[in-house]
Amino acid sequence: MNDATDWRPAADLETLRWRAQRIAGIRAFFAERGVWEVETPMLSRAAATDPALHSLRSEVAVPAPHHRYWHTSPEFPMKRLLAAGSGPIYQICRVFRDGELGRLHSPEFTLLEWYRPGFDEHALMDEVAGLLGAVLGRTVRDERITYRDAFLRHAGLDPMTADPAHCRRCCLDRGICPDPGATGDRDFWLDLLMSHVVGPALGRGEPCFVFDYPPSQAALARIRPGPPAVAARFELYLNGVELANGFHELTDPAEQAGRFRAELARRRQLGLALPPVDERLLAAMQAGLPDCSGVAVGVDRLLMVVAGVARLERVLPFAFDRS
Amino acid sequence: MASYSTSEFKAGLKIMLDGAPCAIVENEFVKPGKGQAFNRVKVRNLRTGRVVERTFKSGDTVEAADVLELELQYLYADGEFWHFMDPGSFEQYAASKEAVGEAAQWLKEQDMCQVTLWDGAPLTVSAPSFVTLRITETDPGVRGDTSSGGSKPATLETGAVVRVPLFIEEGERIKVDTRTGEYVGRGKE
Repeated sequence: MNDATDWRPAADLETLRWRAQRIAGIRAFFAERGVWEVETPMLSRAAATDPALHSLRSEVAVPAPHHRYWHTSPEFPMKRLLAAGSGPIYQICRVFRDGELGRLHSPEFTLLEWYRPGFDEHALMDEVAGLLGAVLGRTVRDERITYRDAFLRHAGLDPMTADPAHCRRCCLDRGICPDPGATGDRDFWLDLLMSHVVGPALGRGEPCFVFDYPPSQAALARIRPGPPAVAARFELYLNGVELANGFHELTDPAEQAGRFRAELARRRQLGLALPPVDERLLAAMQAGLPDCSGVAVGVDRLLMVVAGVARLERVLPFAFDRS
Repeated sequence: MASYSTSEFKAGLKIMLDGAPCAIVENEFVKPGKGQAFNRVKVRNLRTGRVVERTFKSGDTVEAADVLELELQYLYADGEFWHFMDPGSFEQYAASKEAVGEAAQWLKEQDMCQVTLWDGAPLTVSAPSFVTLRITETDPGVRGDTSSGGSKPATLETGAVVRVPLFIEEGERIKVDTRTGEYVGRGKE
């Protein structure tokens, strides 16, 4: 891996200067709208319980308990600020997710996350489109499509009713060959199809928002009862790359506690680490998290797509392999 | 039995897939923002050379293929097997017709070849990229006609037939690119 030139950035300096200007532009975008910048701890006592997220852990000398978890997103402390009455806030920070490394993944990356009290997810999608316009330097004509319609259009199946056998056949028809050991429940197959088939087809030229997710994929979004019930969650795609994930946030502390328990049970089943639940988030929600929507944008990916390059390392001073 | 986790996947890694030894050509980590991670790989079947795609659940393990690449010296063929020797250990290996395949027509005794072993037995044999071989049979050259770019078939000592320029004669040694089967030039004596 080591060669005589790997002390140098893989990205050219012109791109890195352009990156700095785009990030200054993002800060100006929020300053203009009265959304203020906050900084929350990167090292946390608690960690995300989402079974698909793997937190890095460090030892600290003082005080006990000695473990701190590197945040996978600043979501929980930002919600504590919202509950404390902060009003609209944003943060640009490095976050850490173990086990994720590839063309579009790095164990550490830059996240832009913001929260808007009083917004539902559609109002927040409008603002995300506005931010994209500011970064791209043009007006965007975004497309909006429900999760169900995106699957009907690009995979030819109904994600709310398809069974695993049907999903598997859909993969094979499209030249995707899941290993016999790669199998699971409906959400497993929907994740496979979303990442291999549906997602790559979305947002060609103009951004595309996917919304109304299956309730089983709500994460931290509230569930709208329906029928049919849907999770008030959205994702943003541009040129087939997923750039953002947003929620009309769940505010019910009892339901939040229930989701934490369910995720921990799932982690136990999978033999994953069982990190401490963020009790301070639950206390803040008990005190009252205002009705709000929030979104997290992968800044490195966004700049990668806008710059028209294929790998994260082309827009980073030093990618993970040169750290 | 040795195995690899998907986190160890990289180009060149040898794994067993559907009972056949394969080499990973390309590995892509794919993951939706919230949800299951996958490794989408392209693998080359080392026996057939065919490249296929396969998607694994990240964190799963696959059996390692006991594959070794060695530089071996070609000794002789006995009609059924082609025999090779490791010049370091003097260990000998017998390669089947299937393993030798296309390389057979370029193999000359004493030449060094790249041989891929699977579970200790030759799986594939690659001839050296360039070989120098003697012409055993070709029509007499047409003197003076060296500029027209004309060519004629020539049979080599290994049995291979290549096209050579008209001025090349029987008994001469020529250099051939085994990857294309094309004449490169006159061989050095």
